[in-house]
Amino acid sequence: MDKFTKLTGIAAPMALVNIDTDMIIPKQFLKTIARTGLGKNLFDEMRYTLDGAEIPEFVLNQPAYRHAEILVAGENFGCGSSREHAPWALLDFGIRCVISTSFADIFYNNCFKNGILPIVMPQDVVDALMEDAKKGANARQTIDLEAQTVTTSDGRVFPFQVDSHRKHCLINGLDDIGLTMEKANAIDSYEKKAGSLRPWA
Amino acid sequence: MTARTLYDKIWDDHLVEEAADGTCLLYIDRHLVHEVTSPQAFEGLRLTGRKVRAPQKTIAVPDHNVPTTLDRANAATMTEDSRIQVAALDKNAKDFGINYYPVSDVRQGIVHIVGPEQGWTLPGMTVVCGDSHTATHGAFGSLAHGIGTSEVEHVLATQTLIQRKAKNFKVEITGHLLPGVTAKDITLSVIGATGTAGGTGYVIEYCGQAIRDLSMEGRMTVCNMAIEGGARAGLIAPDEKTYAYCMGRPHAPKGAAWEAAVAYWKTLFSDDDAHWDKVIALKGEDIAPVVTWGTSPEDVLPITGVVPSPSDFTGGKVDAVQRSLDYMGLTPGQKLSDIKIDTVFIGSCTNGRIEDLRAAAAILKGKKKKDGIRAMVVPGSGLVRAQAEEEGLAQIFLDAGFEWRLAGCSMCLAMNPDQLAPGERCAATSNRNFEGRQGRGGRTHLLSPAMAAAAAITGHLTDVREMMTETV
Repeated sequence: MDKFTKLTGIAAPMALVNIDTDMIIPKQFLKTIARTGLGKNLFDEMRYTLDGAEIPEFVLNQPAYRHAEILVAGENFGCGSSREHAPWALLDFGIRCVISTSFADIFYNNCFKNGILPIVMPQDVVDALMEDAKKGANARQTIDLEAQTVTTSDGRVFPFQVDSHRKHCLINGLDDIGLTMEKANAIDSYEKKAGSLRPWA
Repeated sequence: MTARTLYDKIWDDHLVEEAADGTCLLYIDRHLVHEVTSPQAFEGLRLTGRKVRAPQKTIAVPDHNVPTTLDRANAATMTEDSRIQVAALDKNAKDFGINYYPVSDVRQGIVHIVGPEQGWTLPGMTVVCGDSHTATHGAFGSLAHGIGTSEVEHVLATQTLIQRKAKNFKVEITGHLLPGVTAKDITLSVIGATGTAGGTGYVIEYCGQAIRDLSMEGRMTVCNMAIEGGARAGLIAPDEKTYAYCMGRPHAPKGAAWEAAVAYWKTLFSDDDAHWDKVIALKGEDIAPVVTWGTSPEDVLPITGVVPSPSDFTGGKVDAVQRSLDYMGLTPGQKLSDIKIDTVFIGSCTNGRIEDLRAAAAILKGKKKKDGIRAMVVPGSGLVRAQAEEEGLAQIFLDAGFEWRLAGCSMCLAMNPDQLAPGERCAATSNRNFEGRQGRGGRTHLLSPAMAAAAAITGHLTDVREMMTETV
């Protein structure tokens, strides 16, 4: 997993609420056995017509946002299916940070496993960041994970909260599985204890 | 000892370790696996030389891609990429020595139907699967939720999950349901009341007389859609119905182990003075047969209602509703019962169990679907299909003009050939009405199996209670 420390990039505005994982990556692209290559189909049905032509109005098709690295989105982003293909597609496109008032639980978890930082901000801050993002490619926002701040293109600074364990893993690009495997002794002794209390499990 | 909720109790009994910052390592009793969200996880194990820590607690079944037509033994019924995914699961199950129900096995079906049916899912367990509808298993009083593929790999390798504890949300359904109202109407009505983000950060416990009155099948329908309300999981405390359902299942404990298990299961309830972070209550008598009109499961109204207008909403929902109405081809003020449909889909992990098929067949018996309607029943498992055939339900569906399919996820998410065409409008017993969910441009109305059967007969969304009066 790539480390995430500080990012300055183009932020794309997507004000729609309840953007679900079927929108982020439709099911026909889940038939892959790889994690990469999904970026071209990110938001596929919003981004392309049935015959594959780009829909010019869609934000990521607009010249200013083709290289966006940050998404500022409406509430409940990532709701629906558990498909990790959604963060894989975002990452493959180049998105490293999503900002919203709320995220669906599984999507939120999945982001951290892939080096994407989801940031929860209050409505007024998301509104301010959305307005800033609408200014286009010259209006770059800065995400500083160490300092836990988002800075708008005109220098306004907004702090955010993030779980300390997840922050640590993102900053250091750590693999959860390796960390947990070091706790094998604790898992062994749990299994022993639970095995006598609840042998049927 | 402090009073605890059911969620608190299951959580405490599965805690391997808690760090000072509240990050916890939770032990997982059952790991269900399907072909879509697992190949990258097994590949990760191979690349790092890791093994599956507890193959005996890991159960795999292909369901999302598999064709449901009777000729599916013929490999040509699958696209190349679907075939590769199913073949990868065949190989991974064999290489890593996990429990497996291949497509050719009569027990194959939707993973969330197979788990309970085979007795893998039992009260008080932690159950995960790379699938959001894992919430289904909460009906047994087991803590069950969906995880991403990285977490699938984590559970395969360590049999644990890194978690932070969610908050407790009590959803009480008091009183009794009126005729024609089902578990599906309860769960959709709750989402209508809380919104699709209303449960975010919470584990829901459904309780109250109307929940107690539900069969295990109905309880699974309710918990299945907890995720649609944003909750990490939905729970229902186990009771005599739960034990009766589990007893004698292939992987349920037997003899003295059964007695010990039931004694433990009887401790699994929320204490009277337990703390709830959020509470809502609905009266069972106030719940009507409902349908969805939009592209979010929260867009739900009684069948007697009319299509709303964007101006009925506030905030970001105004634009979202306009977008939904454009997508769905609906006009504000239009009566829901005037909406004509093209297709009826009965099935899915929400409503593909035997009781669902009985409810639909009760409406369809001696009747025919309207000419021109495409209608299909996709049983949730091979065993549900066999039972429905034995009970004569299959014949009722066939006589009514329905297709009678083999088990799988099918048109719920249209990863197999069962898809809607652009503009095609479907009355579906599944769980999501998202844009494109059942096929690009397809229009989905979620409803109960009985309501779906009624719609098939009339060709438009229909209040099933009118048909029940006819038959009395």
